Amino acid sequence: MIWNEEFETLPREALEALQLKRLRGLVDRVCTTVPFYRRKLEEQGYRQGDIRSLSDLSRLPFTTKTDLRDTYPFGLFAVPMERVVRIHASSGTTGKPVVVGYTKRDIDTWAELMARTLSCGGTTKGDVVHNAYGYGLFTGGLGAHYGAEMIGATVIPVSGGNSKRQIMLMQDFGSTILLSTPSYALNLAEMMAEEGVDPASLKLTCGLFGAEPWSEAMRREIEKKLQINALDIYGLSEVIGPGVASECLEEKHGLHIFEDHFLPEIIDPVTGAPLPYGETGELVFTTVTKEAFPVVRYRTRDISRLSLAPCSCGRTHVRMERISGRTDDMLIIRGVNVFPSQIESVLIAVEGVEPHYQLIVTREGSLDVLEVQVEVNESIFTDEVKGLEGLARRVERDIKDLLGVSCKVKLVEPKTIQRSEGKAKRVIDQRKI
Amino acid sequence: MKVEQISIFLENKSGRLAEVTGVLAKAGVNIRALSLADTADFGILRLIVNSTDRAKLVLKESGFTVAKTEVVALEVPDSPGGLAGILSTLDKAGINVEYMYAFVQQSGDNAIIIFRFDELDKATRVLLDAGVRVLRAEEVYAL
Repeated sequence: MIWNEEFETLPREALEALQLKRLRGLVDRVCTTVPFYRRKLEEQGYRQGDIRSLSDLSRLPFTTKTDLRDTYPFGLFAVPMERVVRIHASSGTTGKPVVVGYTKRDIDTWAELMARTLSCGGTTKGDVVHNAYGYGLFTGGLGAHYGAEMIGATVIPVSGGNSKRQIMLMQDFGSTILLSTPSYALNLAEMMAEEGVDPASLKLTCGLFGAEPWSEAMRREIEKKLQINALDIYGLSEVIGPGVASECLEEKHGLHIFEDHFLPEIIDPVTGAPLPYGETGELVFTTVTKEAFPVVRYRTRDISRLSLAPCSCGRTHVRMERISGRTDDMLIIRGVNVFPSQIESVLIAVEGVEPHYQLIVTREGSLDVLEVQVEVNESIFTDEVKGLEGLARRVERDIKDLLGVSCKVKLVEPKTIQRSEGKAKRVIDQRKI
Repeated sequence: MKVEQISIFLENKSGRLAEVTGVLAKAGVNIRALSLADTADFGILRLIVNSTDRAKLVLKESGFTVAKTEVVALEVPDSPGGLAGILSTLDKAGINVEYMYAFVQQSGDNAIIIFRFDELDKATRVLLDAGVRVLRAEEVYAL
């Protein structure tokens, strides 16, 4: 189901023409209204009219999370405060939060984008939307709320917490669409099992899950335990909140980025160079329609890649792969960028291998050496040496094929990989450079 | 005819073997035969014990990766050519020996050797036909 048929299925040529027009408008706007952007653009030698094609986007300066903190609280707002009707802020566990603002029109844009997202999961005005995203400074709750209201669905603004009560409300109100973080969905499923509630007795059909990284394995678990379709949605408050990209029910394979509002790029996180479609790197967004808090080339530090492959749902917007990690975790091995999540994807593809692994990087002479330690559990343990060695060689080959970096796989005993605070420590870099 | 063997994955780290035997000793499990296959990085310890299930349980509880495999125990004449005869019988039948190791104890005048074959049932049949004595599991555990 497509909410805005016209814009979501625009032929690429028309879409790109629209993007270019909007990009020019954005750069002119921030140049006049935001001193921070004016200074940065001037430093870059930018002059009005310099944007002739979409590829000129890559000549604009980046904006980083540090820039957002340095201009706390309202330094990057592009409109006077009397036009700002809403403030949201990131959780900001350390120091000051990142603050974002919305004009009336931004709120409408956001509602439309969330209406599009919810429609990706088949939501219509007959649905009962159980919104367990947190309400408050966090963008999740209110962002989703306005989208569901725009569709005309019945919204249950339940927010997070008190799972038992949430299950009761879902039963009594006949909730059909679930919005929450994926981990909270699993939590609800476990609580249902404990309480003896059969998920088949609920009316839930689809869940739209975001706000934290998750995996295909988690999707399968949620879908099985709650007997629903589970879709991945993406957003971040710096860009708008939820409603930046969403999977469609038709393919559940990559998230359509609402490209008439956000221009995505994938860059090399080290050099900043733009990377072509299909390559893995850092996701960067430019918001071309936002009024109060536009961003130019905002570096998300999220790792993904883009695909223009046509989608059976009919949307023409580019798809981003599920977020596979953060740039903070990236390693450079013999000049190649390696993300632990890429190694994890190889391991998961080998039947029986648990994603308990650790990467140890050392330097022998002037050469980086990557060792991948994999825990041997019962499902991959064979009694014969050749079986285990064959497994190790296969993983080495698959990693080499994917990353172009050779490594040594070392099989280790279970639980030998250090776990800190319940989470595995993935990378030990022993290079002394 | 099949004898249960437990295999344990070990990293090549000092003290690991002592830990395995320590865990078994505390559980009152007696080791009847053992062999260690090792590579540069890891080893596989194979044991025949008097109580396979108990051994597997206590080792798993101690965090080891353990598998149960089936092997056969053969009586081999303790004289020149004793083993050669058995191996040639197997070779003629096209059966592969994955690995083998000797039992410390003897059965009368004969040696006992543990074999792991790619085709366990076929191997047992061929050996029985050739007049080789294949030990019953209870006999082995009780040795």
